[in-house]
Amino acid sequence: MTKIHVSTTVNNEPMEFLCEPDDTMLDVLRGPLGLTGSKEGCASGDCGACSITLDDRLVCSCLMLAVEGEGRNIGTIEGMAHGEKLHPLQQKFLEMAALQCGICTSGMLVASDALLRKNPRPSEEEVRFWLAGNLCRCTGYDKIVRAVLETAAEMQEAAQ
Amino acid sequence: MTELRYMAPATLDEAIGALAAGGSTARILAGGTDLLVQMRSGAVKPGLIIDIKKITEMTTIQETADGGFRVGAAVPGAVLAEHTRFGKVWPGVLEAVNLIGSIQVQGRASAGGNLCNASPAGDSVPAMVAAGAVVTVQGPTGQRILSVEKVPTGPGRTSLLPGEILVSFTLPPRLPASGDAYLRMIPRTEMDIAVVGCGVSLTLNDGICTAARVGLGAVAPTVLLVEAAAEALIGSRLDAEALDAAADACRAVCRPIDDKRGTIGYRIKVAGVLLKRTAVIAAQRAQHN
Repeated sequence: MTKIHVSTTVNNEPMEFLCEPDDTMLDVLRGPLGLTGSKEGCASGDCGACSITLDDRLVCSCLMLAVEGEGRNIGTIEGMAHGEKLHPLQQKFLEMAALQCGICTSGMLVASDALLRKNPRPSEEEVRFWLAGNLCRCTGYDKIVRAVLETAAEMQEAAQ
Repeated sequence: MTELRYMAPATLDEAIGALAAGGSTARILAGGTDLLVQMRSGAVKPGLIIDIKKITEMTTIQETADGGFRVGAAVPGAVLAEHTRFGKVWPGVLEAVNLIGSIQVQGRASAGGNLCNASPAGDSVPAMVAAGAVVTVQGPTGQRILSVEKVPTGPGRTSLLPGEILVSFTLPPRLPASGDAYLRMIPRTEMDIAVVGCGVSLTLNDGICTAARVGLGAVAPTVLLVEAAAEALIGSRLDAEALDAAADACRAVCRPIDDKRGTIGYRIKVAGVLLKRTAVIAAQRAQHN
């Protein structure tokens, strides 16, 4: 197959890659771009482990062709921390042990970050509905939901 | 083996030309939430993928001068939800579209894709049928307008002719005191496929129902427009007797399958229950409009 040249932006850095027409964005992130934080769980859009943002909108990178990245702005888990300083959600997930095996964690974090950007003070119900597309095989949902709520409260306090 | 090609034309004419030239292995890509899964499983092996998201009329929402709406077939659910007016005028259509998949899926999946995927359980379809929405379809020989209920012809099959693309939905102007609603029955609270889905749109005048449409999903090979249920509601005050008659009319048209989500008997029973609940919500909304 003829490779397609794609120019895109990943975590605010211009990036170029070559891909096959049927490569998904997840294939390219984890392969040529070496960004293995996004995970492949189901490859059918059910589990959310591959969650990324596409022009700030939360999507599954397994349900997007890599060629569709042309000219777009992609955000992955690798862009979440500022250097050594973890994002408050990442810090809180660690403090509250909101993970066990970790496979779902990057998707949970990317999705939670997208939620707090849209709705800085979500209710528990809103968090649970928002994260319904992120599956955790260790069934650690409760700690995850508490960590997101706690982070939201602390970020609000810090902003005041 | 044919080589897969991808293109993202900027105009509808280009897309139609490419689709006609691409033949039976050409596939339209909107949000990709069905197509990519089908490709991955090997169910579909396209020779050409035509990404239609660079075509303005397929990705925009317009409120028309007469108060109707034109919604591009590829508009994602999340974008429709952010429109300042659409959800106020058609809350039932919006809640149906927004029930498709997760937040991640909502970022990409469209009502046009949901209709063309032609699942009997597609959530947006009964609500669009109830709303009286029509679609604009364009192909090599020109444009056609058809009602939403005429698009699916069976599971995974549509009445679109070779080379035709579903371009947009048009929702009619809304009369005062009108409301719509959509409810689906699923065994979970989120992220599941409808066991039964019911859309109701109605108009009231002094408490009397003067117009109604009912769409029913997941109980037959295609989503059904249930005219007998609408007739049972029209002329009534939506009292228990009228709701019972409409529920019976819904149950009478059900031809469901037995599967792991629900038995035939269960689906038929639930169809009536959902009709009543949905009609009550639509009526409450109509009173506040």
